[in-house]
Amino acid sequence: MTPASFSPTGIRFENIDKRYGGLYALRRVSLEISAGECVAFAGRNGSGKTTLLRIAARLARPSSGTVNFLSGSQEKLETQPTAGFVAHATMAYDELTAEENLLLFARLQGIAQPAARTETLLREVGLVDRRNSLVRTFSRGMRQRIAIARAMLNEPAVVLLDEPTTGLDPQGASWFAQTVRQLRDSGRTILMSLHGESEVSALATRAIRLDAGSVVADTRTGANFRSILAFANA
Amino acid sequence: MALLSKAAVLLGKELRTEFRSRELLTTTVVFILTIVVLFSFTFDPSVSESRRFGPGLLWLAFLFAASLMLQPCFLREQTNDTLGALRLSVSDPFAIFLAKLAANTLFLLFTQVLLLPVFSILYNVPVLAAFPQLVLVMFMGSLGLSVTGTALSAISAQARMRELLLPLLLLPLLTPVLIASTEATAALLIPNPAMRWDWLGFLLGFDVVFLTALWLFGEYLLEE
Amino acid sequence: MKKKILIAAVVVILMSFAAYAALLIAPTESKMGPIQRIFYLHAPAGMVSLLCFFVCFVGNFAYTLKRESKWDCLGVSAAEVGVAFCTVNIITGPIWAHPVWGIWWTWDWRLTLTFVLWLLYISYLLLRTLVEDPDRRALVSAIYGIFAFLDVPLVYGSIRWWRTQHPQPVIMGGSGSGLEPTMAKVFWFWFFNLVILMVFLVRERYRLEAMRGEVQLIEREAEAA
Repeated sequence: MTPASFSPTGIRFENIDKRYGGLYALRRVSLEISAGECVAFAGRNGSGKTTLLRIAARLARPSSGTVNFLSGSQEKLETQPTAGFVAHATMAYDELTAEENLLLFARLQGIAQPAARTETLLREVGLVDRRNSLVRTFSRGMRQRIAIARAMLNEPAVVLLDEPTTGLDPQGASWFAQTVRQLRDSGRTILMSLHGESEVSALATRAIRLDAGSVVADTRTGANFRSILAFANA
Repeated sequence: MALLSKAAVLLGKELRTEFRSRELLTTTVVFILTIVVLFSFTFDPSVSESRRFGPGLLWLAFLFAASLMLQPCFLREQTNDTLGALRLSVSDPFAIFLAKLAANTLFLLFTQVLLLPVFSILYNVPVLAAFPQLVLVMFMGSLGLSVTGTALSAISAQARMRELLLPLLLLPLLTPVLIASTEATAALLIPNPAMRWDWLGFLLGFDVVFLTALWLFGEYLLEE
Repeated sequence: MKKKILIAAVVVILMSFAAYAALLIAPTESKMGPIQRIFYLHAPAGMVSLLCFFVCFVGNFAYTLKRESKWDCLGVSAAEVGVAFCTVNIITGPIWAHPVWGIWWTWDWRLTLTFVLWLLYISYLLLRTLVEDPDRRALVSAIYGIFAFLDVPLVYGSIRWWRTQHPQPVIMGGSGSGLEPTMAKVFWFWFFNLVILMVFLVRERYRLEAMRGEVQLIEREAEAA
């Protein structure tokens, strides 16, 4: 991806609780993620992975607790940057073309040169040929490309990926792994929720397992690392 | 200012998608046309009778049409979680409401202006004498329908039975709009048309009250 | 529990006395005859329903700001009791109207307003049954409740204004105006009684709602486990 025009940013979750109708989706989650880490979240459906990522993206508000973005020296940032967020849904309009989608969100985000930025991203995700096609006609893999491009519009220092490989064919998955590798190597902080071991999970530098809304395992190395990810299949 | 420019960008998207498919506009126009034709069987559509019942008929048709047209307003944004993408991109969620209610007002006004001549021919009520005034009344009425309707479509999109629910929530709330618009329209369809500024002022009041309420409380409707 | 029975007993005694007062103490209205006595129930019930809708609005407003479920419970309790009183008002109206005017219903502004209000709050209660998640339900219905309450003066204004421009059957002047002193006393006694009844009902309904919330939570926790 484009050369780094962001400052490395970490995230600190402090005592995050999220209740839906009195039920806990997340319970007292405290995590410190340093700038540049590539974190894989594993856990069953309903373990709270998606909720945690949506809270980090500031789409959902925690019932209590705080999320802070930290600059290199672990100081809280004055203005909270928006993380790039790729959800399982495309987050793009079916009735608009790939280019129109990116232009729309670029303008909404107040990006300096929306047309130029759109152009760059279309090229980077390999959608230049299909720029004038409606997203409705896209395959799952192409939808994922447009989703990535949308998330990278404002050159975020933190990228959140919510089950990004689900439903991708092998080529799509390997393109995606390649992209994640580039993002990681450019120094971006990556948080992703995954199902099982894959090409993408191999890129993780840290594995965290959630169960019933709590962190039950958190490791950077060792045999444990693989078991956490493999266990996610359960 | 940032609010308005973002709302304008979003309005552009709403108009673009609609003019690409024309789904909302065509169905709404046909729906209103059907009601207008069916109504002719319920009374003797002579000139004097049409003047008595016509304005109410028209506005009732607009009300029903609006309650159907507003259904997909927020529902569509759930399909690919585009609402999430919008919320990530726009710092003030009011811009989302503003764009949507502007688009809905324009759509409604468009169908109304399109159907006014048709109504005039079918029911022998001349509308050209006070056409600009009629358009002004229709604009204020449509704005009232759209402000409340957009807010309630964000509500009904989160419930079960939403197709039935939106009209149920919306129609009683629109009583003041129905009365004021009908009265103002009626005064413009008589042989010596007169602008009822008092009713127009009332519509303005309605629009301002609910626009303020939407500004204050709308964002809560979009949060997770 | 004892306190509840005590309050209920007081309400029953007061209401019996109120019924006695309306039927036997208040003088018979000279033109309308005994049917006019339904007025002591009819008018205060309408006034108390408005009071309930105001309480509902307070609950709704507080919920959107504080997000504490107790405000949601207050909102739904007040709305339900308000709809009940409003229904009493709407049913007793025609019973009174038919012998006096010869018609069950007329689109007089007061009747129309009451009817629209009744519909608005029925919609509020209906909306609540159609949203699954308790937090969403509370928030979404609170905002609809605020919209509905803001609409009340506008509905009132439009109907009042509209009806005064059209010919309409002449109905008695404003309630209370020109009431014979004993009638006025009985009227206000009824009003006072119905307010107490309303407070009692809202309190009980509030407890029930809070309990329902707890049961629901326990059920969902059991399901999740």
